[in-house]
Amino acid sequence: MTIGLGHYLAVGAILFTLGILGIFLNRKNIIVILMSIELILLAVNINLVAFSTFLGDIVGQVFALLVLTVAAAETAIGLAVLVVYFRNRGSIAVEDVNLMKG
Amino acid sequence: MMLPALFFYLFAAVCVASAVMVIVSRNPVHSVLFLILAFVNAAGLFVLMGAEFLAMVLIFVYVGAVAVLFLFVIMMLDVDFAELREGFIEYLPIGIVIGGIFLFELLLTVGFWVINPGVAKSITSAIPANVSNTEALGLVIYTKYIHYFQISGMVLLVAMIGAIVLTLRHKVNVKRQDINVQNARTPELAMSIRKVASGQGLQEADAPEWVQ
Repeated sequence: MTIGLGHYLAVGAILFTLGILGIFLNRKNIIVILMSIELILLAVNINLVAFSTFLGDIVGQVFALLVLTVAAAETAIGLAVLVVYFRNRGSIAVEDVNLMKG
Repeated sequence: MMLPALFFYLFAAVCVASAVMVIVSRNPVHSVLFLILAFVNAAGLFVLMGAEFLAMVLIFVYVGAVAVLFLFVIMMLDVDFAELREGFIEYLPIGIVIGGIFLFELLLTVGFWVINPGVAKSITSAIPANVSNTEALGLVIYTKYIHYFQISGMVLLVAMIGAIVLTLRHKVNVKRQDINVQNARTPELAMSIRKVASGQGLQEADAPEWVQ
């Protein structure tokens, strides 16, 4: 019973699906939506690292590092926008975010 | 050699279970704590795969920074999270349908793929033997992939400046230190010497003009 590349890819696929599901289930709560995006990016990282180690190519891990950086930056900016929005409007419900009538 | 398989299933099961708890738990604080658990177990999976450096970075960045950031924001905002949960059941069917489609497609891909034999020839930087993972990563990110490294540094800088600019606010009724005004202040501006007549005390007219 050896653990191959497919096992890790399956975990990545399940985590990715859970992230998508989380975005749908928590349509009103932007904090949980941000956490679901983190889960999706984690699934991407698992795939990159799995391919990197099983093919013996280090570039996948370099990319995973880049994805990690972008994920951290995205969270920081997203939460900053959230805090500013809450200060101005007193609510973070996603359906109230309609000032621009887009 | 049962142990790696055992640990794989342990980490994978806890990771997936805590990911489920992230999206279904009622309290966002619990969501964040389950997110931490999911990331710690993902770091365990990384160690099993042999990517120790990324596993440690995952723990530093996510558990140390991102999760704490989430916790701060959740505790700082005075939001009724129960109200935000309305529509959870309403969106459940469509979420399960779309998530199921995604999972079906992904598992189909995972189940029926084969690696092209040409891939082995096109590997750009093979993992060197007899070198730890951290050293192997360090050998390439400062030489061959220096631009990726610098771009990620730039992304972090922009994110930091952006977050500060967005959340910094100046209250009008708070006195702030103004170094230029302080340095421009001279004895002539700051004080005045008056001769006070004996027995009469200080008069209104004796006060310097900045008091009146």
